[in-house]
Amino acid sequence: MTVVDWKELIRWDRMPHILCPGCGNGTILNVLVRVLAEKFEEGELDPDKTVLVSGIGCSSRLPGYVKLDSLHTTHGRPLAFATGIKLANPDLEVIVITGDGDAAAIGGNHLIHAARRNLDVTVICANNYIYGMTGGQVSPTTPRGAKSTTTPYGNPEPPFDLCELVIGAGAPHVERWTTAHPAQLSAAIARALEREGFSFIDVLCQCPTNYGRRNDMRDPREMVKWLRENTSTRDEEGKIRIGILRDEEREPFLKRMYDMIEEVRTSEEGD
Amino acid sequence: MSKVDFLQGNEACAEGAIVAGCRFFAGYPITPSTEIAERMSSRLPEVGGVYVQMEDEIASLAAVIGASWAGIKAMTATAGPGFSLMQEHIGYAVMTETPCVVVNVQRGGPSTGQPTKASQSDVMQARWGSHGDYEIVALSPSTVQEMYDLMIECFNWSERLRVPAVLLTDEVVGHMRERVVLRDDVETVERELPPEGEEIEKPFPMEPDDLVPPMPVFGRGHRVHVTGLTHDERGYPATDDPEIHRKLVTRLCNKVRKRAREIHEEVGYDFEERESDVALVAYGGCARTVIEAAEELGVTVFRPKVIHPFDPDLIRDLLDGYEVLVVEMNLGQYVEMVERALDRECVHLLGYPGGYPPTPERVIREVKKLSG
Repeated sequence: MTVVDWKELIRWDRMPHILCPGCGNGTILNVLVRVLAEKFEEGELDPDKTVLVSGIGCSSRLPGYVKLDSLHTTHGRPLAFATGIKLANPDLEVIVITGDGDAAAIGGNHLIHAARRNLDVTVICANNYIYGMTGGQVSPTTPRGAKSTTTPYGNPEPPFDLCELVIGAGAPHVERWTTAHPAQLSAAIARALEREGFSFIDVLCQCPTNYGRRNDMRDPREMVKWLRENTSTRDEEGKIRIGILRDEEREPFLKRMYDMIEEVRTSEEGD
Repeated sequence: MSKVDFLQGNEACAEGAIVAGCRFFAGYPITPSTEIAERMSSRLPEVGGVYVQMEDEIASLAAVIGASWAGIKAMTATAGPGFSLMQEHIGYAVMTETPCVVVNVQRGGPSTGQPTKASQSDVMQARWGSHGDYEIVALSPSTVQEMYDLMIECFNWSERLRVPAVLLTDEVVGHMRERVVLRDDVETVERELPPEGEEIEKPFPMEPDDLVPPMPVFGRGHRVHVTGLTHDERGYPATDDPEIHRKLVTRLCNKVRKRAREIHEEVGYDFEERESDVALVAYGGCARTVIEAAEELGVTVFRPKVIHPFDPDLIRDLLDGYEVLVVEMNLGQYVEMVERALDRECVHLLGYPGGYPPTPERVIREVKKLSG
């Protein structure tokens, strides 16, 4: 067994990274590379067959720090690119890293259709309620009343619940955790990688620079505390539900596609 | 064994793609290109390939680019409005040097325009539709046979140069039926690959041989980072360094520009030289009636099959000294490139939007006005 140290998976020549101090994406990257190192070491995944795909935004920069094949694509479209990668080479393990703006605004169409198709990918959505990279504009998950650079009087719109959205579209495996729950997040990513089909993990995370600063949580610790106190693994009044929100079996897209191709080819040969 | 068939242009296009080695099609239905998707959905599984109908045109080209990085030849087909939606990903494919083929069966525009009518009004969109400086390859067939042949050329040039190639056709050729020889002695080009299992430190070298670096493939141990951002030789984002941006974008343009003449010679063009003061220039579906008019008038005619990259030297070599009449199904697009190559005073346009090519009589009338 090859020992895979998570440190070998980091592109150290790219350090320091561009994330702000206290950014939740740091936790997500940390957890992700440790889970991957473990999976590689156990032989459950092959580092040469693992591909990270992302769109645009702070979270979408994470694949660039990991020493694996990675595709940093256009705003909102990583799932569309991932569809091509996965269908063209089913042997690849494809992990999509996206954010709330990337996945749910410009990429909303691709998100629901990837869930509907049950595309065999793991999606990790760093949901920080804000457009961080562009400087703190409102996103589809910004809570009602929250301040952003484009909602200076408080957000008048209701937010998306991304888990409900993808469950509605047919995603079989959906979890929600926060950066205040790194151990649970780690287990969630490990589970998602074991599942065939579409796995979606909504990771509520802190953006002290652009969300916290405008909403009375300037210190990252305050935001992490808020995430811990305002979430629950049970249905509790006034709290955001976290945990495994759906875990069902559904025939994965790849299998249907390749079974069909096989059938066509066999019947051709029989003619 | 080569086979003779009687096919629609769009069907021949699909057959050309398959013989060129295409094994992935992602698309979104749009008139007048849909027969390509339909034919591919039926043919690809037979050869072990994948057809997927995506949620829109943006997703379609994204999936095609993803498939290309996973190592297989991939394409999409669309018409003007869909091509407009794909523009950002044309730029992404240019920046990431991803081979892929986009068929644009042009229809009348702007906007939804004339879905079932012909047009050649995406000539400039094919060249300038995406933001930033770039060059692509665009080929324009005039016959069903050429839908087959130029489709193969599109894949070959795309693989050779690692650029998106556009089959810039039109409804006339896409929907007509003609005899076509489905050649099987086809020369196909495969992208140059780096050795398997080796991490590649510099996947995007500044000055590779012939300006085109070998293409890493996901899943072969290359461990590359690919981004649409301005990147250094390692593929890492380097957006603040003007020198890196300048060098990268210049190379991306030069790898196509420097081979403009070669592409024209390899793909071919028609040049029927006759004793005349006037030369007619036309391409695609429109060239069919123009060639008839030229024969009747006894004037020289030039029909390019390569629309981009444009080669001004070739145009000068062939057409200097003529009164040149460019005929196209738009209000003037290709003509602007001809004007840049020749003495402007000698270049004239019969721009004919509306959905049909002009009749030979209409062209003859225009030539007579010129010479009279």
